[in-house]
Parts: sequence; structure tokens; C-alpha cells
Amino acid sequence: MSVTPLDAAGIGMPVEGTSLWKNARRRLLRNRAAMGGLVVLTIIAAMAILAPYLSAHAIDDISWDAISSPPDFAQGFYFGTDSNGRDLFVRTLYGARISLMVGILASIVSLVIGVIYGAVAGYLGGAIDNVMMRIVDILYSLPFMFFVILLTVFFGRNILLIFVAIGAVQWLDMARIVRGQTMALKHREFIEAAHAFGASSSAIVRRHIIPNLLGPVMVFVTLTVPQVILLESFLSFLGLGVQEPMTSWGVLISDGVKDMETAPWTLLFPATFLAVTLFSLNFLGDGLRDALDPKDR
Amino acid sequence: MTVSQELPAWKTGHQGPLLIVDQLVTRFATPDGTVSAVNGVSFEVSKGETIGIVGESGSGKSQVLMSIMGLLPHNGSSTGSVQFDGKELLGMPRDQLNKIRGTRMAMIFQDPMTALNPYLTVGQQLTEVLTYHLSTNPAMAREQAREVLEQVHIPEPGKRLGMYPHELSGGMRQRVMIAMGMLCRPDLLIADEPTTALDVTIQAEILDLLAEQQAVTGTSIILVTHDLGVVAGLCDRVMVMYGGRIVEQGPVRDIFYNPQHPYTRALLMSMPRLDDDLAGDLPTIAGQPPNLAHMPPGCAFAPRCSFVSEQCRLAVPPLREIAPGRAKACTLDRLVA
Amino acid sequence: MFSFVAKRLLGAVPTLFVIITIAFFMIRLAPGGPFDSERAVPAEIQENLNRVYHLDQPLIGQYWLYLKSVLEGNFGPSFSYKDYSVTELIWDGFPVSMELGLTAVFLAVIIGGGLGSLAALKQNRTADYTIMTAAMTGITIPNFVMAPLLTLVLGVYLRVLPVGGWGNGHELKYKILPVVALALPQIAYVSRLTRGSMVEVLRSNFIRTARAKGLSEWLTVTRHAARAAFLPVVSYLGPACAGIITGSVVIEQIFSIPGIGRYFIQGALNRDYTLVMGVVIFYGVLIILFNLLVDVLYGVLDPKLAHR
Repeated sequence: MSVTPLDAAGIGMPVEGTSLWKNARRRLLRNRAAMGGLVVLTIIAAMAILAPYLSAHAIDDISWDAISSPPDFAQGFYFGTDSNGRDLFVRTLYGARISLMVGILASIVSLVIGVIYGAVAGYLGGAIDNVMMRIVDILYSLPFMFFVILLTVFFGRNILLIFVAIGAVQWLDMARIVRGQTMALKHREFIEAAHAFGASSSAIVRRHIIPNLLGPVMVFVTLTVPQVILLESFLSFLGLGVQEPMTSWGVLISDGVKDMETAPWTLLFPATFLAVTLFSLNFLGDGLRDALDPKDR
Repeated sequence: MTVSQELPAWKTGHQGPLLIVDQLVTRFATPDGTVSAVNGVSFEVSKGETIGIVGESGSGKSQVLMSIMGLLPHNGSSTGSVQFDGKELLGMPRDQLNKIRGTRMAMIFQDPMTALNPYLTVGQQLTEVLTYHLSTNPAMAREQAREVLEQVHIPEPGKRLGMYPHELSGGMRQRVMIAMGMLCRPDLLIADEPTTALDVTIQAEILDLLAEQQAVTGTSIILVTHDLGVVAGLCDRVMVMYGGRIVEQGPVRDIFYNPQHPYTRALLMSMPRLDDDLAGDLPTIAGQPPNLAHMPPGCAFAPRCSFVSEQCRLAVPPLREIAPGRAKACTLDRLVA
Repeated sequence: MFSFVAKRLLGAVPTLFVIITIAFFMIRLAPGGPFDSERAVPAEIQENLNRVYHLDQPLIGQYWLYLKSVLEGNFGPSFSYKDYSVTELIWDGFPVSMELGLTAVFLAVIIGGGLGSLAALKQNRTADYTIMTAAMTGITIPNFVMAPLLTLVLGVYLRVLPVGGWGNGHELKYKILPVVALALPQIAYVSRLTRGSMVEVLRSNFIRTARAKGLSEWLTVTRHAARAAFLPVVSYLGPACAGIITGSVVIEQIFSIPGIGRYFIQGALNRDYTLVMGVVIFYGVLIILFNLLVDVLYGVLDPKLAHR
């Protein structure tokens, strides 16, 4: 049948498909909440990185004549000072550094552990997989918070330990997801085809399985980072997280609660930063998930 | 004791066709644009008749039923007219429509496993129709439910009442659906691919059951299917749909032995027959069904039609009567088999 | 049903074992803890330690004795609250925490379920967006931010509720803020969960059948949709309890409520190993029990599981 002008105009013809990533990017860019979140996150990250240049004060500079004072642009106390006379603005920004750093690093740690564990379990299958997943089940049913706190009680409170503790409890979800995906992919036709062509197991994992996992992994990371930040803030709030002179939003909020009645800004600024960061991360994560798997509404 | 001795209301009611559908158009608003699932469908159903609607997936046949019953999702809307016993159904307020649905018009669906509520027993799903519509008391309702299960030939009906749908076989579930539809002795039973999800042997039983119910109660039936064999066994008249429009309609025998639309002919030819010669390929229809979001200006079948002419692509051929009770929507005067 | 419960109980045993074993080894390995051999310990304290922890026995013997004592409910003496055993402290704080927690769960299901269903019925309209945005806020903002904010508004500025404390345990006004702060994240989560589940159920074929039968929308939703839509909420009750237990730790701290959570934090800050371990084991058992109860409940409510 020859191509008529109508056919060329695409009228009456069936719709053609586009690639997964192009579709996903288009959907993500259209999602205003996710884009807004991305912009906000970039701004906060920039502020955190540039913190030393944005304020004349250091994080433990005490100004005796400006204790618990409200925001004062003249003196450079953009967010006011806390009950020790320290500038809240620069402390909030340094808090951002800690929170974001812990968030990203711990997520990466849990990602690496989770992916390796899950991929191995999924690929090997059988009894090994059973045992590995049973371990995950047992660990999953234990209350994380308490174990992280236990670790800090028993082994002291250094920043490295916090990374390890948080990363060590978050990998379970990723392991489950990765194992599921690996098992599903293992049996798909193109894997069998690759086998038929003589490709080795590691090549198969590298070239076929990993690219297919990229989607869920991306979504997981963007949704895990806020959880990690939350955990760290929670610990710091209780006094079990970062120690002086370092500060994080959790510590600032905890201090803010104590002075809430007389100096509400000490609570409101760090709380707002924390809330806004968490929101932005969640919007971005939701947007990514919707973009990659629109059925999941 | 038999179910309800009094004469169903319709026997004393309005005269003329039971259901009149006139220029029904149903559209869906989707993120990719407006999709026209039904593009101007008109037909009538008389008392006691069995009409078959045949077409491929995407021909709009199921959406015609949904539009009649008012079961379209949020993003669907219909224009035109659907008159049931003289009353206009399109645009009727929900509470009035609910008095007709389940009582005078009933619908049975394609997959009985998902169409029945897995969390309620068979008995509960049957009796609620009676207690809700007819205010029957619970004990009486249970008895009537048991009887109607008997009428659809389900063994041990009393026991089945307490069972959940997943405890029954596929064929039995469909019988339960039919029973549920017939409970209030409807004037019109609408069946959306009732046998598609079932084994071939069970299909025959279900069709026999439908025929029997009709013989006993005089209910009209609209049967939608993609399987021409089903139509041949049960229907008086058949409508062939393509691209949301009726392309041919008429008595079953006429359509089967003398199809006058190229699509109908192609459909019939693509059906494997017992007396076919085994050598050679099974004929198929080249091309793909139309994209309902971007319908061509002319006949929807033109891209795939072996008899196409320029005239076909310019405007949609209207459905015209070629003999009493027989119509087709095609520019051809006569198709020789 | 009985075999189902028995199987689940058996499945929980390894978890319990893991918790107790970790507890045992952590106490012994902790730097600066009672067993740190580098610490100089006065003689009579060392004798006490030996007696309580049976340090003269081989390791296996110690483990066995620890296991036995835990199973009897004896977690040892508290290190920071000198005259009390851990068991006494837990017993003291338990009724308070229990009251807080159960009320919060109750609120979560009722309010969360109700709001979620409403949002689903008015899908994509104003009510839906409002409820879901509020829910998003409730989930994202941590309770240690939400609680002080609520206190700031209601306790400090408007002065309608007390800022902290528990009163004599029977006064309602002390209970409102903590319960609300504790329940909010769960209400938010349950409402999102219910909305999603309800939306999906309302799309399913059997709801279409119910409508085709001419049933009213009210009957369709309450009789047909609700049962199906709420099953995921029942499933969620297990993690919900875990979440509430975790949240109670912070809430009790902020509002100075004499529950187990507050003892736990004090214990953590004071490096009171036995107290901290005891609470963790206790909470672990609670969570396992709750999960089991929830599983049984789910098995009863879902006919596909009940008839096996």
C-alpha cells in the first residue's frame, strides 16, 4: 500500500512509542512540584557550600552583647542569635552542611550495600537467597531507631559512627528491591538470549541487569536521603548525634525548643530549613517515581 | 414456590421498542487528547429480542454498553439519546437511574472473578439486590436467592450461598452473575463478553443458559462479543462495529451468509472453520485498528479495505438501509462474496 | 488458624534470639562499660558485678543465665537509677506510654481512614488536594519539629493548653498535645494509604458491578469498597505501632511525660547499659506481638486467607 498524504500527516495512524528515558525526562520536567524542589535544594546546597563566605561570623563566635537577640541586619545576624550569643545564620548553614553530607553519604553507603546484597541474593537464588532474605526479614522487624541509639550509647558519638549506623539500617529496603528486580530480570528472554550467545554471568549483570535497576535506584536514593537526614536530626535532637563544636539542624532545633518562649526565631529558622529540605527531597523523589513509573499513582 | 408470581411491570407498560439508542457519541478526556470511543451509534431493541454487537477490541462495543448503563468513568461523557421504555437515560440523576439499574436493566460482565466482590459471600451479593430494591425481608431474600441459583443449575445452591467467589469455578461464577442479573426479572439483560474468560466447553453451557433464561422470562438481551460463533448461536440480529461506528447490521443468517460490508466479510473469512483445508495461511486483516484519538475524516476502515475508493476517504459513509431490517455503512453498492 | 498463629510465633523466635544475643554481646563489648577490663573498679563493686553477671562462669554459662533471666523478665539493675531494677522502671513507665500509644493508633485509624476515604471519593477535587497536602506535611515534618510548633502556638501564644507535664495522670488537658503530636504522622500516613487504596478499589470491576446493580453510592462505598480498601491499613498497623513507639521516645522527652521513652533517653544519655538494653528488648517483644496480632487480624478479615 503506498503512503498517502493522510498517512504522512499521521492521521488515522497508530501512535508510535518513545524511549523510557525521554518520556521520563519529559514528565519530570513538567512536574512543577518536583522542579520546585530541585531548585530549592540547589539553593540550599549552594548556601551550605558557600557558608564561610556568606557570613562574617564563625559558628562558635560568641557576641556577649547580643545574646538571644532577634534578626539584625546591621550587625550581620541575619537569623538572630541563640542563647549563647552565636550567630544563627551561619550555624544554620553549617547545620545544612552536616545534614546534607550525612544524607548523601549514608544513602550511598546503604545503596552500595543494598545493591550488592540484593543482586547477589537475586542472582544466586535457591537456598542462599532464602537465608539472605531471612536475615533481611529479621533485621527489618527490629526497631532501627533503637539500634542506632544503642550504637551511639555503646561506642561513643563520633560522626563516622553515625554514618555507619544509619547506612547499616537503611540498606534493607534497597536489598529487597534489587533482589526482586534481579530475579525478575534473570528470567526475562533477553537474559536467556544473552546466555545463548555465551555471555558470562558478570557481563550479564553489568550490561543488562544494572541499567534496568537504574530507575528504582534513583527513586530510592531521593527518598532515602530525607529519611537519613531525619534520622540524623532525630539523634542530634536527643543529644545523641553530632557534638560541639559541630552543629546540625537537629541540635539547633533542640536548642530552639528550650528557648522557644523567649526567642522563637531560634526554633523557627532551623525548623523551617529542615522542613523545606525534606519537602523538596520528597517532591523530587515523588516526581522521579511518577516520571519513571506513571502507573504508580 | 416460584419467584414472584406477579407480572413484571413492563408487560403492562409502554408500547414500541424497549430500548432506542439514537446517535450515541461517547468521548473520554485523556492526557493525550479526546478519545472518541463511540461515534454516532443508533439502534433499537424490541421486547424479547437478542441483539449481538460484534467487533474487535477498540471498536467501541463495550463502551456502548457502559454508556447505556451509565457506568462511564469520570472522564467519559455521552451525547445523543438513549431511551429505555420511553425514559431518557443519558443525564438522568443517579438516584433515578439506580431504580432502573439492577431491576429493569441488568448487566453481566466479562470476568466473573473480578466482577464479583471477593470479600462478600455469594449469598450476600445476591440478597442485597432484593433487600435494597424490593425491600424484601432477609429470610425471604435468602430463599429467593437459593431458588435463582437453582434456576441457573448450580448444584447444592443452599451451600453455595455461604461461599465466597474464589471458592467457585469460573463457570459457576458466571452462572452466579447471570442469576444476580435475573433476580429482579429485568426487561433487558446486557452481557459484556460473558464467555470470553471461560473455557470453550463452559462457554456453550453459559450460552445455553442465557437462551433458556430468555425463553422463560422473555427478557431482551444485548450481547457484546468479538466471537462470531457466539453470535451465531444465540442472536436474532447482529450489529458489526468498527472504529466506534456500526458498519453493518441485520438478521444473523443474512449477515453470515451474505455480508455486505468489506469488514464483515474479512472477519468472517478470518474465522477458522472445521471444514477448512489445512494447507495455506489463516487469512488475517492487514493493518491495525484506528487510533481513536485521531480518527481519519472518512471511513474508519478505509486504510485496510481491499475495495477502497477515493470517495471512502473523504466522508464517513452513512449507515443506509439496503433491505428491510438490513443496513450497511459503505460506499459500495453491492459486495459479491 | 491455630497452625497459622503457631507458625508465626515460631518465626518470631529467631528474631527475639537475635535481639537478646546482640544485647548480651553489646553489654560485654562496650568500651567504658561494666566489663571493660582496663577500668579500675573498686573491690566491692567488682564483687557485685561478678555476682550479678556471673562473671566467674564460662561465657556460654553467662549467656545461658542471661537468657534465662531475660525470659523471666529480669533485665538487671539500672546503672543510673541506683535503687531500681530495670524491670521496675519499665513497669512504672509502661501504663503511661501504653495510654499515649493506643490512643494515637486509634486516632490514626479513625481520622486517617476517614480523611483518606473522603479524599478518594472527591478524587482530584479541592478536598482531595487539601487533605493530601496536609498529609504530606504531616509525614514530612518530623514530630520533634511539629510538637514544639504546636506547643508554641497552643501553649505559648494562645495559652489554651499546658506546655508539658502529665499532671496526676488523669487530667485530659495534659494529654491532648502529646497524643496529637504523636498521632499526626500516623494520621497523615494512614490517610494517604487509605486514599490510594480506596481510589484503586473504586476503579475495580466489582465496584462497577455494584453500581450496575443499582446500589446507592453510599452502599457501594460502605458495603463493597470499604472492606477491600481498609485491608492495607490493617496491614500497616504493625509498622504503625513501631512508628508510634519510636515517636513516643521524642514526645515523652519534649513534654516531660513519665513513660518508658523518657527513661530510655535518660539511660542513653547516662550510658545506663542495662536500662537501655532492657527497654530495647521490651520494645522488641512488643513489636513482635503487635505484628503477630495484626497478621491474625488480617487473616480473619480476608476471606481468601480465612478459608484454608
